[in-house]
Amino acid sequence: MRYLPLTSDDRRAMLARIGAPDVDALFRDVPKSALTSLSTFHLPDTQGELEVERHMSKLAAKNVAAGAAPFFCGAGAYKHHVPSAVDHLIQRSEFLTSYTPYQPEIAQGTLQYLFEFQTQVALLTGMEVANASLYDGSTATAEAVLMAQRVTKRGKAILSGGLHPHYAETVETVAGLFGPMQRTAVTPGCAEDIIALIDEDTACVVVQSPDVFGLIRNLRPIADAAHAKGALLIAVVTEIVSLGLLEPPGAQGADIVAAEGQSIGNGLNFGGPYVGLFATKEKFLRQMPGRLCGETVDVEGRRGYVLTLSTREQHIRREKATSNICTNSGLCCLAFTIHLSLLGEEGLTRLARINHAKAVSLAVRLALLPGVDLLPNAYFNEFTVKLPKPAAPIVEALAVQGVIAGVPVSRLLPHDASVQNLLIVAATETNTDDDFDALVGALKGAL
Amino acid sequence: MSMNNQGRPTGAGDPNRRRPIAPGTVTSEVLGTISGNKGLDHEESLIFELDHGAVGVDLPDVKVGDDRLGGMRRSARIGLPGLSEPEVIRHYVRLSRKNYAIDSGLYPLGSCTMKHNPRLNEKMARLPGFGDLHPLAPASTTQGALELISQLMNWLTTLTGMPAVAMSPKAGAHGELCGMLAIRAAIAARGENRKRVLVPESAHGTNPATAAFAGFTVDEVPAKPNGHVDAEALKAKLGPDVAAIMLTNPNTCGLFEGDIIDIAKAVHDAGAYFYCDGANFNAIAGKVRPGDLGIDAMHINLHKTFSTPHGGGGPGAGPVVLSARLAAYAPIPLLVADDKGLRLIEDMTAAPDGAKPFGRMCAFHGQMGMFSRALTYMLSHGRDGVRQASEDAVLSANYILASLKDVMSAPFGDGPCMHEVLFDDSFLQGTGVTTLDFAKAMIDEGYHPMTMYFPLVVHGAMLIEPTESESKESLDRFIHVLHTLSEEALAKNVARFVGAPHLAPRRRLDETAAARKPVLRWKPDALKQAAE
Repeated sequence: MRYLPLTSDDRRAMLARIGAPDVDALFRDVPKSALTSLSTFHLPDTQGELEVERHMSKLAAKNVAAGAAPFFCGAGAYKHHVPSAVDHLIQRSEFLTSYTPYQPEIAQGTLQYLFEFQTQVALLTGMEVANASLYDGSTATAEAVLMAQRVTKRGKAILSGGLHPHYAETVETVAGLFGPMQRTAVTPGCAEDIIALIDEDTACVVVQSPDVFGLIRNLRPIADAAHAKGALLIAVVTEIVSLGLLEPPGAQGADIVAAEGQSIGNGLNFGGPYVGLFATKEKFLRQMPGRLCGETVDVEGRRGYVLTLSTREQHIRREKATSNICTNSGLCCLAFTIHLSLLGEEGLTRLARINHAKAVSLAVRLALLPGVDLLPNAYFNEFTVKLPKPAAPIVEALAVQGVIAGVPVSRLLPHDASVQNLLIVAATETNTDDDFDALVGALKGAL
Repeated sequence: MSMNNQGRPTGAGDPNRRRPIAPGTVTSEVLGTISGNKGLDHEESLIFELDHGAVGVDLPDVKVGDDRLGGMRRSARIGLPGLSEPEVIRHYVRLSRKNYAIDSGLYPLGSCTMKHNPRLNEKMARLPGFGDLHPLAPASTTQGALELISQLMNWLTTLTGMPAVAMSPKAGAHGELCGMLAIRAAIAARGENRKRVLVPESAHGTNPATAAFAGFTVDEVPAKPNGHVDAEALKAKLGPDVAAIMLTNPNTCGLFEGDIIDIAKAVHDAGAYFYCDGANFNAIAGKVRPGDLGIDAMHINLHKTFSTPHGGGGPGAGPVVLSARLAAYAPIPLLVADDKGLRLIEDMTAAPDGAKPFGRMCAFHGQMGMFSRALTYMLSHGRDGVRQASEDAVLSANYILASLKDVMSAPFGDGPCMHEVLFDDSFLQGTGVTTLDFAKAMIDEGYHPMTMYFPLVVHGAMLIEPTESESKESLDRFIHVLHTLSEEALAKNVARFVGAPHLAPRRRLDETAAARKPVLRWKPDALKQAAE
């Protein structure tokens, strides 16, 4: 087997030094009844690289890649162009095959990019501090609610109906153990009146902007109302490129920002791995979940970086930790930080403007189709249209014609009959005018 | 030009005439350079300090006059630095060279399983059909991805002898949470209120943290002097309020818990569930099926046992296998097959008959990018290779134990260990060398240190996991270095230990200062001064 360096001679020599007759003697603590033979496992035997590649390629060929068709899916995961340098750099052995930087003297590469990543996330979100990433946007949102429950010593969370339903379900599953989770009704294209629900028992209000239907929210009044009742505002962002053009949540009074960073540097990957961004105010630092990287000096006075404030974490605090998280999204946050470094201020703002311009141009064209209504009046690169018929069968029919039209809202809220005609459409820099023609033409034919 | 005692030019001339060249340049006996660099080891500024208004992408300058942003347009600059592509590439390449990696040397971190990461896995994960596939794309366009998940599920359930597996958890600790939430749901379904979870003191920190995260209280179970969990003490703690035990097997001392079947029976008799931390499954994969041991739930770290790369701290993946008693409570999404092919059930209310999902662990369907890598690894190894890998990992750990126990103290070294070998610091008593010094001296020898001060059940723990990826020659060189270091420590030749490492890109870093006055982000000089 090509990955195993020991030869039979090596194994014999090693057993001899150990003084064991055979390798099974090393498994002597295992109850005899539990030691199985190879034939117990109905699985294939070793295969060469060529055979495995053939098998995997056949599976991959049964899928339609986003780049292989006019493509308009968003709703929490976005197709963007990632510069070639990103994937090249993250595959450097020293990044790809290293562990969590517990030995800072020989992990300064990882630690320095984490420090830079934290700075970039803080700048983008307009917050004071950011951690070194969580798993993804949805788990970051759940961690944010748990943190708000700790900070306020209250249980109740109010979840906006515009929060991605998967995010809301994740929050309810995890934070629902520690207090009531109140989800507001879904009002696609409009902002619900969430302020009226905030009371003295409320730990936090969770609002996504742009929301899952694409609507850009004004967070400031919600932040003010939450603060007046001693609650926190958690702002959720699923399309991080939007912050190249939109006022950041930090400037609107958010206390915690939980975001999905996939759009920058990371591929679609059928839903993971992605990278959770988590930023907050300095005063809540010690209640933050996840790894933090800090600047310090070595014994010769040279600047260096270490993991810090680990007294919040599970390996020190055990059951009193702020989170159970151990592994985070190291390589995905490296991809994020490299892509953002390539973009820089000018590149990101240009990218955001292109995305917005594309979306506006597509939205205007779709709204001209008979029976099609554009729902949000303020949006970034994604919006919801109301079709005269259920959206899901249309999406499947258009897929057969080679157009991936978007995400039917019924995929996210299958039990809500009122949304079955709604389609979420995203447009990014990857879409061409030909793509738009294909979508508009195919949709016209299907309606 | 003056020469040092090895006849090499020192370059800096009279040491009294040496000027500090760059902030923080070397002050030790090591040669100072004009640049602050040391040969291939470059000092590298923060990317923010390299900003000069360049740009690393070419994008058209589209004007958005009549925007639809609802008056929420950004009013201030973000503050991101601007660099060209060559500058960005050089920055990250220079950073990468400050990292130790499995590809450059033996990485004996106990409990972390730093094994070889085959590049075929990377290539397969990047096939456009997997890497460029949207999680909510129409079902007819994702059948290959669902088939891949289904095949991986088959491997995981077959290798573990368990009937079901939840695929969405994103890492080991996330898998623990998933398993404990399934247990919580099963207990609630029985109309019971069990709040206590028994966790051995040798457990990974994630275990008690997860139990608390899932709303349970934690009750510690002591270890016996031989490193095994005290089964009698554990049984004595069982009662009607105990929800579960969380046991790692093989445990964190590198030992197989031989009483496990007996423990499982007692746990089940008491109406509780058995969660097994599967971090060490790589010792027994292809040899022992956890399902035969009475386990109800176990996460599998695909980034350990099945070799998806650790990536400097993630991403991982932590699917959880479930027993028949817990299978019904697996979270959404669920993968089902019907006459139209494979499909995902993504909604609680649409669960098939008998399924009672406890909720959702995350958006979408889990770490697909890790699934494709892990399946590639499994297919490459095959069942025979998986079994051989476990045997080689155990053999290599025992070889290290046999080769070092004459100088280093192995508290449980009388019998064989599993895939990792535990030493303590009793052999260092009176030498003036600590576990930390010993580990840091390994850095100067070109090795990543072993896991230190964990598990907590022995003093000054040093946990070594060589994995199956090392040749005998590599193991022999490693053994030679550790043997010699031990002899030097025992002879009280402490110079190479005190203040080690001396030869790494950085010497020991001041972690206390970092925590006392945290600096967690770069700030422009103006802001920094304003703050001070």
